[in-house]
This record gives sequence, structure tokens and C-alpha cells, in this order.
Amino acid sequence: MAKVKHESSWYPLEPGESVLEGLLRQGVSVPNSCRAGACQSCLMKAVGGAVPEAARVGLKDTLVAQGYFLACTCRLPEGTELEVAGAEGLRVPARISALSPLSRDVLKVSLVTDAPLDYRAGQYVSLVREDGLARSYSLASLPREGVLELHVRLITGGAMSGWLASEARPGARVFLQGPAGSCFYVPGRPEQPLLLAGTGTGLAPLYGIVRDALEAGHSGPIWLFHGARTPAGLYLREELRGLAERHPQLHYRPCVLEGGTRDIAEGPLDVLIRAECPKPVGWRAWLCGDPQLVLSLRKKLFLSGLSLKDLHADSFLPSVPQAGASPTDTAGAR
Amino acid sequence: MSDAVTKSVYEQIGGEPAMAAAVEVFYRKVLADDRISHFFEDVDMERQAAKQKAFLTMVTGGPSSYSGKDMRAGHAHLVKQGLNDMHFDAVAGHLKETLEELGVPAPLVAKVLAIAESARADVLNR
Ligand SMILES: Cc1cc2nc3c(=O)[nH]c(=O)nc-3n(C[C@H](O)[C@H](O)[C@H](O)COP(=O)(O)OP(=O)(O)OC[C@H]3O[C@@H](n4cnc5c(N)ncnc54)[C@H](O)[C@@H]3O)c2cc1C
Ligand code: HEM
Repeated sequence: MAKVKHESSWYPLEPGESVLEGLLRQGVSVPNSCRAGACQSCLMKAVGGAVPEAARVGLKDTLVAQGYFLACTCRLPEGTELEVAGAEGLRVPARISALSPLSRDVLKVSLVTDAPLDYRAGQYVSLVREDGLARSYSLASLPREGVLELHVRLITGGAMSGWLASEARPGARVFLQGPAGSCFYVPGRPEQPLLLAGTGTGLAPLYGIVRDALEAGHSGPIWLFHGARTPAGLYLREELRGLAERHPQLHYRPCVLEGGTRDIAEGPLDVLIRAECPKPVGWRAWLCGDPQLVLSLRKKLFLSGLSLKDLHADSFLPSVPQAGASPTDTAGAR
Repeated sequence: MSDAVTKSVYEQIGGEPAMAAAVEVFYRKVLADDRISHFFEDVDMERQAAKQKAFLTMVTGGPSSYSGKDMRAGHAHLVKQGLNDMHFDAVAGHLKETLEELGVPAPLVAKVLAIAESARADVLNR
């Protein structure tokens, strides 16, 4: 049996159980969301014992060096022990400075931190409410803007998005953890063609990346595809059209599955991308949003010649309901 | 495996950097082949690519610690899903094409294919 020590108590782990599952099962509260190693909400710090390599995949070297790991992917070998602490030390206090709708179901959340957050446009943060509820959101802002901007899609019955839409008010105190993720512009090859594609609020990181690339003087073609089911799911269209008018190398393509118009292409995103960018060999690409779409686009772009090292993807994995919670126990204490 | 005097094919074609280039070419072929792509679908493409690299390193005689027993165990779940000679031949075909595209001389390609062939019984769990 393996066991975990947290705040001076020992917690046994069942065979195959992750540190996150074991702690939650035994009543310890640990922020978490996707439980698949992507959102980094369940970051913890090891203060004694060895952390398996798998629990550090995707973490920045600086975090690894300080003993941080992901509790959801941390499975301990039989008979070993690990002493852990929360990641409170990494959280920075922040304040909601404004909440404004970008469309019927997308909310712009503006945040300010006391000390500036060191991030690259396109990375994501964990937004942690005072009671510990945590969800990841991509940054749509640029570091020089000071104010942090998130695009949050309203999910029916969603704990965090519902709170932001109906209860949170400007001035509310929250915490941020991060930044994380490798979806950002890398200067150095200004002529390389870039392909950015996202669905729904998958536009958030792309909105940061595209502006970052343009400000860095990127001169090669930049294709930005924003997909939604219907035109109502698109947002920031005027801003992006304006940006494309000012920067002829930027090609902005809003697209929908139904209800296309003269300005909005209609059809599956991958088909539209293939029509405009048939041979993306040597390009760099960013794919963000719906996990299924990100996965299938990634494969298609790889097959059409993009190298894996030039393919950056952020899947917006949803939260996983806590095991054992009854189906009627909805948005509650996750 | 090669003896102490002759270099392995792995070394002759350029070692690790050559494998890194070969893996994308090979992985693309495998994923695009409807006969076998279902064995290689993985949400984590980097992880799959790493396994393909292990495969290429092994069949070119590079540093690899897999035994025949490992090959049996590693593919047993695939044999349960129907892995057979047709799939094996398809993989060997893509391996051959990959090496040829990368300009590996014919005698070395033949050597690699012979190593791959020697793993057939273990891979197919016979
Ligand atoms: C790396 C990363 C970046 C992200 N960036 C963004 C971002 O920029 N903008 C953004 O809006 N979201 C983003 N997300 C998703 C976000 O973290 C939350 O999952 C989302 O906001 C829902 O949280 P919630 O608390 O409102 O709903 P929850 O209370 O978590 O969910 C309520 C119910 O709806 C289900 N559900 C949640 N989301 C979906 C969905 N998309 N499709 C179907 N069912 C769903 C849940 O499983 C649950 O049953 C990101 C996720 C990750 C992992
Ligand atoms: C020459 C014959 C072959 C050799 C030497 C070989 C070798 C290997 C090696 C070394 C690995 C990596 C194991 C690991 O690190 O986990 C592997 C994995 C794998 N092989 Fe093969 N292989 C062969 C043939 C095949 C064939 C014919 C198929 C299917 C068409 C196949 C499908 C796979 C799959 C799907 C995996 C990944 C399994 C997983 O995800 O767990 N292999 N193989």
C-alpha cells in the first residue's frame, strides 16, 4: 500500500488510485477540474518522497525544480510514501475589474493582479474562487495591456461560468494560478506561415496569439479560423475584421456549420481549412477549444504535412464530476 | 545485432537525429493507412510518436532493451483485436518506404527489414 501525508495526517491509497482521488475520497479538499493532466488545477507540492515522472509531464522546469506535480496523474508505486502540500504558494490574489458580454453566451472577464503576472499571450491560468473552486481559462490579453482578459462560455449548470455570469461582481476577490501551456507565439521566424484555428471560446488564446504575432512584426501569412455552430456563436468579429484590414497578411475566416452568409463561410472547419491551406508543410499551428475538434484537426494537419513540433494545441477539457457524487448533486462542492 | 566491428544500421544512418526525422514520416504513413491506423489512434500523439521511435530504433539495431518476451507482451492486446500477417506486412511496407524516402541505401534497408521479419512470430504471438 502507498500512502500520502497531508497537513500532518497520513492517507492510504488504494491500488491504482491517484493522489488526487485518494485525498478527495478521504475528505481532503484539493482544487481540480479536468483530472486528465491538462488543466493543472490540481497542482501540489511534494515536500518529502519521490514523485513519479508521469506526474510532472507538461510542467515548467521551474515548477518541477520546486517539487510541484499534478495530483491527478500521480500514482505511487506500492509501498512508497509521499508528503504533500497544497499549491497555495503559487496563487496570486486578483480582483475582477469588469464583466461584460461578448455575445449571448460568452462573457468577457477582466482581472487585475496586485503584481503583474508574467505570462505569454495564449497561455492559460487557473481561476480559483475563494472557496477553492478552480477552472482553467485562456488569456486573451497581451502582457503589456496590464488587465487580464478571459472569454468564458456560459455552460448551463456550470459552477464557475454560472457564478461569473450571475453572482460575481466587479471588485470580487479571486486567485490565479499559472500561467501554463505552450500555446504562444515564438518570435524568430517572421516569414513562417501561421495557422490558428479554434471553436467557441477557443478564440480566446488565438486572439492573444494573433495580436502578439502582429505586434512582433510577423510578416508571413496568418490564417485565423474561428468556428461555431451558428453565427450567434461567433464573437469579436468587428475587431478581427478591423485587425485584418490593418494587416493584409492576416486572413480572418469566421465559419459556421449552419446559417452561413456572404461574410461567414459554411461547412465543417477542417474542410474549410483544407480548402484555403491545402499544404501547410513547414507552417506553425495553434488549435484551441473543443477537445474532439482539436484532436481531429491535429491529426489531419499532421497528415497534411505539419510537423508535430510545430503543432500546439489546448483542449478545453471539461471538469470531471467528483466520483461518488450523486447525479442530483450538480454544481456543488467540486 | 551487430558485432563490435560492424556498426549497426542505426549508427550508419545517423543515430538519434535520423530516428527523429524518420518517426514523423513513418507515423504519417501508418496513420494514413486505413488497414492499420486504428491500432495507432491515441489521444496523445506525442506518446504514440515516442513508441514509433522505440520501434524504429529497435529494428535498425539501435540502443534498445526490448526482449522477444516484451514484444509478445507488448502486442498481445493487439493480437486480441485481430492483429495478423496482413497488418504486419503493411507496417513492414511503410518501414521500407520510410527508409527509402530518407535515402537509406538498399543493402541497409534490407538489413532492417530482416530484423523486423525476425520479430514477426513474437509480435503476432505465435
Ligand atoms: C487548458 C484549458 C483551457 C480552457 N480555456 C477556456 C477558455 O478560455 N474559455 C472557456 O470558456 N473555457 C475554457 N476551458 C474550460 C473551463 O475550464 C471550464 O471547464 C468551463 O468553463 C466549464 O466550467 P463550469 O464550472 O462553468 O462548468 P462545470 O460545473 O465544470 O460543468 C457543468 C457540467 O457541464 C459539463 N460541461 C462543461 N463544459 C462542457 C462542454 N464544453 N461541453 C459539454 N459539457 C460540458 C460538465 O462536465 C458538467 O457536467 C478551458 C479548459 C482547459 C482544460
Ligand atoms: C517488426 C515488428 C514490430 C516490432 C519490432 C515492434 C516493436 C514495438 C515497440 C518497440 C513498441 C514500443 C513499446 C513501448 O515502449 O510501449 C511497440 C508498440 C506498439 N506496436 Fe509494435 N512492433 C512491430 C510490429 C507491429 C505491428 C505490425 C503493429 C500493428 C499493425 C504494431 C502496433 C503497435 C502498437 C499499437 C504499439 C503501441 C502499443 C500501446 O500503445 O501500448 N506493432 N511496437
